Amino acid sequence: MSALTKEKRFQVMIMPHLDSAFNLARWLTRSDQDAEDIVQESYLRAFKFFDSFHGEDGRAWLLSIVRNTFYTWHQQNKMQVINTPFEEDLHSIKQEDASLEQNTNNKPEEMLIQEDNRRLVHQALEALPVEFREVIVMRELEELSYKQIAEIMGIPMGTVMSRLGRSRKQLAEIIALTNRDAL
Amino acid sequence: MNHKEVIELLPAYLDKELGISDTIAIERHLEICSECQHEYAEQSGVSALLKREALYFKAPDHLAQRIKVALPQDHSQSRQFKAWSFSWLNVGAVMVSLLAVVWSGGLYLTLPSAQERLTEELISSHVRSLQVDHLADVISSDRHTVKPWFNGKLDFSPPIIDLASQGFPLVGGRLDYLDGHTVAVLIYRRNQHPINLYVWSSTDMDANPEVQSRQGYHLIRWTASGMNYWAVSDLAINELELFVTTFGSQV
Repeated sequence: MSALTKEKRFQVMIMPHLDSAFNLARWLTRSDQDAEDIVQESYLRAFKFFDSFHGEDGRAWLLSIVRNTFYTWHQQNKMQVINTPFEEDLHSIKQEDASLEQNTNNKPEEMLIQEDNRRLVHQALEALPVEFREVIVMRELEELSYKQIAEIMGIPMGTVMSRLGRSRKQLAEIIALTNRDAL
Repeated sequence: MNHKEVIELLPAYLDKELGISDTIAIERHLEICSECQHEYAEQSGVSALLKREALYFKAPDHLAQRIKVALPQDHSQSRQFKAWSFSWLNVGAVMVSLLAVVWSGGLYLTLPSAQERLTEELISSHVRSLQVDHLADVISSDRHTVKPWFNGKLDFSPPIIDLASQGFPLVGGRLDYLDGHTVAVLIYRRNQHPINLYVWSSTDMDANPEVQSRQGYHLIRWTASGMNYWAVSDLAINELELFVTTFGSQV
């Protein structure tokens, strides 16, 4: 009976945040498959430690587990290159740009511009170092408060603020750079 | 606020994470400083771009199912829990029921402790509000000024009543963050003693005022018409009760 209660509470408080968990994991790993593995592992851990969770913010709690799971996995997979060198990323963006232009010439021009924009921003964010990427994802995509982000990352709110500032600046630079190169 | 401070606080200004006084100081500086204008435009441009370009990855449909299967509904299914259920089998039914007793005991214990934490949180919020000149974000004794200030900042509308004629003048309002949600705080004064009245929406049933005392502060909580109320002050307990009664009779 007690196990049922725990499972029910878990269903109500943690399961609904699957999209958030996947979104964060996907941006951290930059891979669908790895993200799925991280999320599954995170849910198992969350269930295991669910008894120690007494707060109300199930999403923030789950995201801190996703983040920890990712960094543990990242440590264990030293072979995995998480921070691909900056230059290389930009290079691949340019190449993909060229191939996409050929493939999609028959699309309406506006859609092409929109799709181009989306891809550009997407790749710029992927090129951002992981410690900047995660704070951007939590703020701009998950719309978490500084307080929630500070708790998830275990850093002061002031650090959340300054890191967000630097992340946005760097992202603006990458976008400006690729934009200029693409022309 | 000088230029360096403004530059540092710009991200928080953009994210609307600052109090009213910092916000106003930054707005003033932005009017005259082109470097900060540029910086702000760049930051908000990136922020808007990220939001607009739909970069959110939704979990694929099969993932929920995959997790459901992996979770220990049936203890033998998960490798994570295999060792666990194995030892259960060994120790037998006695252990299972013992765990059940411990678990349900744990449930009872966690209930008051959540309450306990909220009380602690309220007192530290109250103390903090008195320390750093941050009692109120909007300072006004006019409820027609305070009420609209909350508009759009909360998903509920706190009742705001002026009790000046009863000896509890309204001082102002501010936003605070408690127990995982944003709450409205109304500030009243009795002689020299400030009263913080925390208000947030609730699905709980109505509950009569309940008094607690901690570290020289008194707290009175009650629930009425879908709102949770906590009054915190260093006032004498009978005076705080008078405040609660007066407030309650006017809502």
